[in-house]
Order: sequence, then C-alpha cells, then structure tokens
Amino acid sequence: MTVAVVRFPGSLDHESAARAVRQAGGEPVEAWHADASLPPDTEAVVIPGGFSYGDHLRPGAIASRSAVMADVARHAERGGRVLGICNGFQVLCEAGLLPGALRTNAALSFVCRQVELEISDRSTQWTGGERGPERLSIPVKNHDGAWFGDPDRARVMLRYVDDPLGSTDRVAGVANDGGNVLGLMPHPEEACDPLLGSTDGRHLFAGLLGRAA
Amino acid sequence: MSDAATTPRHRELGLTDDEAARIPELIGREPTDPELVMFSLMWSEHCSYKHSKLLLGGLPTSGPGVLQGPGENAGLVDVGDGLAVAFKIESHNHPSAVEPFEGAATGVGGIVRDVLAMGARPIALLDALRFGSLESARSRHLFTQAVAGIAHYGNCIGVPTVGGEIGFDDCYEESCLVNAMCVGVVGHDRTLSAAGRGPGNAVVLIGNRTGRDGIGGASVLASAELDAGQDLRPSVQVSDPFTERKLIDCCLALAEDDLLVSLQDLGAAGLTSASSEMAAKGGVGLDLDLDKIPLREPLEAAEILVSESQERMLAVVEPADVDRVLEVCRRWELEAEAIGAVTDSGRLVARHRGEVVADLPARALADDAPAYSVPIDPAPPSEELDLAAVPEPADLGRAWLGLLRDPNLGSPRWIYQRYDHLVGANTVVRPGGDAAVVRLPGSDRAIAVATDGTERHCQVDPRAGGAAAVLDAARNVACTGARPIGATDCLNFGNPEKGATGWRLREVIAGMADALDALGIAVVSGNVSLYNESRERIVHPTPIVGVVGVLEHSEQRVGHAFAHEGETVLLIGYGEPRLDASAYLGSARGRPPAPDPARERALVDTLTSAAADGLMSSAHDVSDGGVAVALTESAIAGGVGATLEIAPGRRADEDLFGEGGGRVLVSATPDDADRLEAMLPDGLGVIARGRVGGDEVVIARGSERTSIRLDDAAAAYEAALPEALA
Repeated sequence: MTVAVVRFPGSLDHESAARAVRQAGGEPVEAWHADASLPPDTEAVVIPGGFSYGDHLRPGAIASRSAVMADVARHAERGGRVLGICNGFQVLCEAGLLPGALRTNAALSFVCRQVELEISDRSTQWTGGERGPERLSIPVKNHDGAWFGDPDRARVMLRYVDDPLGSTDRVAGVANDGGNVLGLMPHPEEACDPLLGSTDGRHLFAGLLGRAA
Repeated sequence: MSDAATTPRHRELGLTDDEAARIPELIGREPTDPELVMFSLMWSEHCSYKHSKLLLGGLPTSGPGVLQGPGENAGLVDVGDGLAVAFKIESHNHPSAVEPFEGAATGVGGIVRDVLAMGARPIALLDALRFGSLESARSRHLFTQAVAGIAHYGNCIGVPTVGGEIGFDDCYEESCLVNAMCVGVVGHDRTLSAAGRGPGNAVVLIGNRTGRDGIGGASVLASAELDAGQDLRPSVQVSDPFTERKLIDCCLALAEDDLLVSLQDLGAAGLTSASSEMAAKGGVGLDLDLDKIPLREPLEAAEILVSESQERMLAVVEPADVDRVLEVCRRWELEAEAIGAVTDSGRLVARHRGEVVADLPARALADDAPAYSVPIDPAPPSEELDLAAVPEPADLGRAWLGLLRDPNLGSPRWIYQRYDHLVGANTVVRPGGDAAVVRLPGSDRAIAVATDGTERHCQVDPRAGGAAAVLDAARNVACTGARPIGATDCLNFGNPEKGATGWRLREVIAGMADALDALGIAVVSGNVSLYNESRERIVHPTPIVGVVGVLEHSEQRVGHAFAHEGETVLLIGYGEPRLDASAYLGSARGRPPAPDPARERALVDTLTSAAADGLMSSAHDVSDGGVAVALTESAIAGGVGATLEIAPGRRADEDLFGEGGGRVLVSATPDDADRLEAMLPDGLGVIARGRVGGDEVVIARGSERTSIRLDDAAAAYEAALPEALA
C-alpha cells in the first residue's frame, strides 16, 4: 500500500513517520509540498510533525495553502485516509479538513513528555476498533498543541488522561465526520519501537493501512 | 565614541599597538581600513586563541579511531559500521549575558553548522549552563531566557536536545556560561572539509542575507570583560531556526549528490573568518566579489566582510556543478550566489564597487595571529577543610530532602521538558540520567553522550579538577554501557592576563590530559572562552568536557532507574566520600581527594563489559550530593524505594553527601551482582551493598538508619527548579 508522506520546508518527522509506515507494512513515498498532486497510486497520506515554514504566521497556516494540499483534500473527499501528526494536525485544521484549532499551550512553553491517551471513539479502524486497546502511551512534543473547539461538534477520537497542554475537554485527537481523516498532537511514530519505551503508536499506523496492529 | 578623534583606529578595534605594528610587516604595506577591521577580528581572542594556544598543546588530539582532530569545524571519530561521529562544544557566554534568548539560540545554531560543515547529519544537542544563584532576579531572567532560546532554536531545527548539565553559583552572576555541544553522524567516505581546493572552482554563499547584525559582535564581545551598564545589544546576532533547518536539509542534499568540494560555516568574524580559514587550510586563495552577496540592508565593504549574520554557509563547488547547486538551494527556498572563485595566489582578495578593498595573505589572517604566554602565577594552595567548623545537621533526613530541593541537585525536568529530546525517534535513553543514548540512524549502534564540569574542584585544585571533569563525563557515558571514544572541551575562564587564571588554565589542561591519556581517548575539538569576569568576581575555572561513547548494540543500553523490586544494589568503584568542595558544602573550600585515572579507566572498562554481558539493570554515577542523592535518583526514576548499607566513616553527613573517587551505584539480579563483583579488577571493590524495594529510600550506617519516603523525595526533587523560579 503506497503511503504518501508529505514534506514541507521545516518538516522534521517525515523520516520517523516513513519508518513507522514501512514497519506497518506500507510503502512510504515522499510527497513534495510544491507538487500539484500526490504521488501516483497514493492510497493513504501522512502529514508528519515539524515546524513547516518555521511556524511563521501561525503553525500550519502556510503549509495548508501549499500546492500539494489541494490534492490531499481531494484524496480525503474520496474517502482516502489521512493521518496528521502534530504539525500535520495543525495543517489539517488550517486547511479546514478537521474541526477546531490548535492554540499555544497553557504553560506558554514547549512540552515534551510521555502522555497517556484514552481512546474516546473505538468505532473506527484507526485504533483497531472495539478489539483495540483502550489506552495508548505516546509522547507529546509541541509548543502550540492545545486543541480549541466544540467537542460536541467534532468527532473526538483521543483524549489525554491528564492533559499537559490545556486543550478543550482534554482533546488530543479528532477525526472528520467520515472518520477517514485523523489528526492528533501526540507522536505515534515515536512509539513504534520497544527500545523507545512504547509500541502503542503502531495501532495508528496499522489503522492508516486499514488493518489491525 | 566621544574620544574617537583621539583614539587610534586600531585601538578602537581592539588591537594593541604591537599587533598593529605587526600587520605592515606581514603584508608589506599599511592595511586599508577594511583590512584593519579584518585583522582586528581574526586576531581577537575568540578567533585566534592568542592567550591560550600555547597552553592547549598538552592535550592529546590523536589516537586510534580519530579521523579528524582539532583544526576543522568539528572533530571526527570512528564509531564502526563505516560511520563516524562529528562533534564539538562551543561557548556563547558573552552574547548570552547581553541577550540571553538570542545569545543561547544562536549558540545552538553555530555549533550545528560546525557539525554540518563536516558533512555530518546533526543527531544530538547538549547544553551546559552556569548561572548565578536563582535567588537573584537577574539570574532567573538570564536562565529562563537562555533555556527558552535553546528550546526555540533546537526544537525548530529538529535536532533532539538530549542532555547537558546545570549549575548555579554566585561566581556566574555577571558572567553566565552557555556552552552548546552538537554530535552528528556521517559515513567515513562522505566527510567534508573546510579546506578550499581547486583553483578555478566557484565559491558559493548559501543561506540568510547579510545584514548589520553582530558586526564585530562575537569577536569583540567574547574577548573582553563585560561591565555592567554597557549597552552591547546591537552586537548580538538574531536567530532564524527555520532557515537553519533548510540549510541542514539543503547541505545534506548537496553532499549526498557529491556537489560540494568543501564546506564551511560562517561564524565569528563572518565571511572574513570563513574565507581566510578555507584558503589557509587548503593552501589556496579566494577572490570574492562583495557586490554579489545578497544584502538585507546597504552595507560598507568592511561590514559585509565581518557581519555575523547567522545561518550562512560557504561552499567550494566545481564550475560545472554551480547551476545544480543553485537549483538545489532554490528547491529548499534558500538564497545562494556564486560570489567568487578559488585561486592559486594564497591571498584573500575582496572587491567592492569595482575596487579591491582587501588583498591579504590568507595565512596572515588565519594563522599568523600573535601567541602570548600568560603569567603563570600559582594560587596559594587551598586550606584544609575544618570539618568541625561545618555544622552537622540535627536531622539528616531533613538535610537529605533539602539537598534534593536544591536547584543544583534537583530534577532538570523543568529544563529538558522544554526541549524536544525525542525528534528522530532514536533517543533510547532520555535526559535526566547519566548520559543520553541516541541510536545511529540506519544502524544497530548507538552513541552515549554527556557533558560534565567540575568548577568547585577546579577552583581549589585545578589539576585534579581538570582530570575529574574528563573522568566524570567518561563515567557518565560508561554508566549507560557505552565505551568512551572521544572528547571535546570548552574551557571557560576569567582574564588570563591577570591573577592566577593563567596558572589555573595550565593546570586544568594538564589534569585533563592525564585523564584523557589514562582513558585512551583524545580531544578532537573544542573552544576556549576567556574574560568571563566582571569587576566584582571571576568565574571558577569551568572546563566543560563532552564525552561521546559507543554502544555496539542499542539494546545493551543501561539506564539509571532501579528496575525490579528485590534486586541487589552494589556501590562499586574506589574512593572515600569527602565534603571538600562538595555540593553539600556549596562552596569551593577544602582539598578534595584527587581522582585516580588508572582506576577510573578500570571502572569504565568494567561498566562497559558488564553492560555487554547484560549484567546490570541500572547504573548511576555518584556525583554531586553523594551516595544519598544518587540512591534517591535511581529510586525516583524507577518508582521504587531502596536500602543501602554503608560503613561508617568520619561523620554521617560526609558518608551520605560526600563526593570523591569514582563510585557507581548498580542494581542487578543477585546472581548477576555476584558475577559483576567477580569481574572487579584490583583497585576496585564493592563499597556498599543494598536492595531495591519498599517505599522509602534508606541508608543504614552501621546501626544508624536514615530514611526518607520515596514520594517526599520525588516531590522535593521535582519541586527544586520550579520553586526556585516561582
């Protein structure tokens, strides 16, 4: 399964995300921000973390208007899966593909630490459905990661057990109505290897490929 | 500037009369004004090491595995599998004292570009910080802003900040220390050099536009004492980490496509330093057309030549490749211009608006700076510590918790939680322990890296303190199971022209050399920062030593957290605890025992063998705060209590909190503990034994038992920095 990993100037986690895709059984291919279309045969998309365009203007704001994002939107409209991680989540919100916005953390500083997530919506394949885990341990690392929005009008997928960022209703990740576009602030690609302390991130990459971890 | 009319130009620029007189002798005529400015910066302390280079010769700089010693942008050491690590530590003390956010941020940027210039991909950053006591509002401001600057820059460029250390002492009140270290990885056959080669090749400037920032800044700032009230803010550079990230991506792409003949960072003294060093190293000349340099604002020739605008690299490129290089730069949305050519003249020639504004032998700038011997006036030996005059605590448990709550000893979490220490998904041992461990991309191997400084020890006994800085860093690395393979150092001292500073510098270097020789490793890069003093006080001699080690298999790495209830605790090593110059004493007094480099080597070898055999569940160096603090740290990290039984020495507080020797706290299964004990060579022994378990941290000293509850300990430890900053 071909998975496009989008790369903007300032993307940082594209290689880790590609590694996680490959480990899950997918074939990662780089999608360059300036290209008008996703690579041929793209079946799923990852928008990885980083500081696209140096967070200038607002995190994700400039990247959301880049050429490749128009094709990401078409891919999402067709029902294709899109996983946005950290800056990728910010890009998807800025692009209008996900509800809400990401604000500066309540601590007004960068926060890098392991967090426990509870899976609020277990009806999708993203986390392995009802047979999947109830909780995930994954690191979070961002400066502007506090989700702000109306949880009643968003499909909340993941919540922090103990929110270090100051998000509305502890929201860590949301999906679109169709459930095929998921954005989250924590970094599942940093939790796919026992050497790194957790393999819980594998569920999300398996979900991206439409299978169980 | 009111006396500008009467002060000769060279003195205004910081050159002595003798230095100014030397220039016409070297170049055969009077220098032009831009040339004089260029000399003044290249011959500054910061660029030329003129007051320290005669002393630095004693450090070992070559040996097995060393692929590149000092002299390039960073050193290179073999790590196996056809890979090498490039690393260096550098100070940004003076800029950080003036503008801590930008000063610290640009310090990170500079050291990353040094590693990048070797063709290496930066994979780890560390920061060693020293500030005045946090009771001072000014120090709180400088410290929090420096941390914010490091976070801002390091996080945005995607290089994990995995370690470093921190110290607060009044001696740093006016002269804070901000030392940044970067480690990168590169294939043996892919390394780059700064040496310019091939007359006829093009010189390409890549990155930010050139502006008026930092004109004479780093060089002048870093080469004189700072006095309160001086407004030096315009001299500090401004950081642009987004452009740095693009530079990293772009330079690595250019290197991968074999498009670079040589590569050099623009740091202190900007284009002057970069181009003269490139030419001098390669034995070539460079012709530069200053009109081709993209400017942010109109600048004079001299300003263009010495601007310290950040995020710029200078590359030598074959003429046929120039268009491809410019295309790759455009892909990364970076400005790049061919600004000149390599010649065979050995001269650095700069043209501006049709005129030659500088035409100098490159070596005169880069290599012919004067070297001064500094006065070697020994400080009087420190007095023996009168233990009777050190009040003994009425409640040892309270004193123990008090130490954990000290910002010098408490958890550094407040700092490292602000840094992305994970990016790249290779951080297999996170910050907070002895050394961070980072897996090498595409390899099963990992590196361990730590920095250490021993300023109180160096103040009372510079030779032993210098050795201790090296040995402590090496022991930290070995606690993860890694074998030390190389070192880098940043020597932070006061004004070497006064007092005992010159002697202390010499002694610290001698002690470091003894320790490095015993460990069989070399210093492959480094930096000297002098004039860290104000009218009020001089910083303690503060050598910060960074040691890099290698683990052949990442999964062999050992952390410092107690892992399993019921396991055996062993305190192994040598030496007896002393309160002299300890963190518990909190001042540089007394005569701490000198470390024994040969026994330290044996301890390092034992730890690496034990890790390779999988014998240790945890290992933790006993350092500041003594065995009591080390035991507590392993317990807090593991979330489980422990008991250690020690033999009574002179005094209870000394036994618990004393420092000295080389002592490591290990936990293991009872069987593995027996095996480890059997491995200990002559000169090393089991100093104390204990057991992991319970919800208290206990030290039994004969029949006397001191304990603290694990949750109280964790609360005190975690509160130390946040409370001091509140």
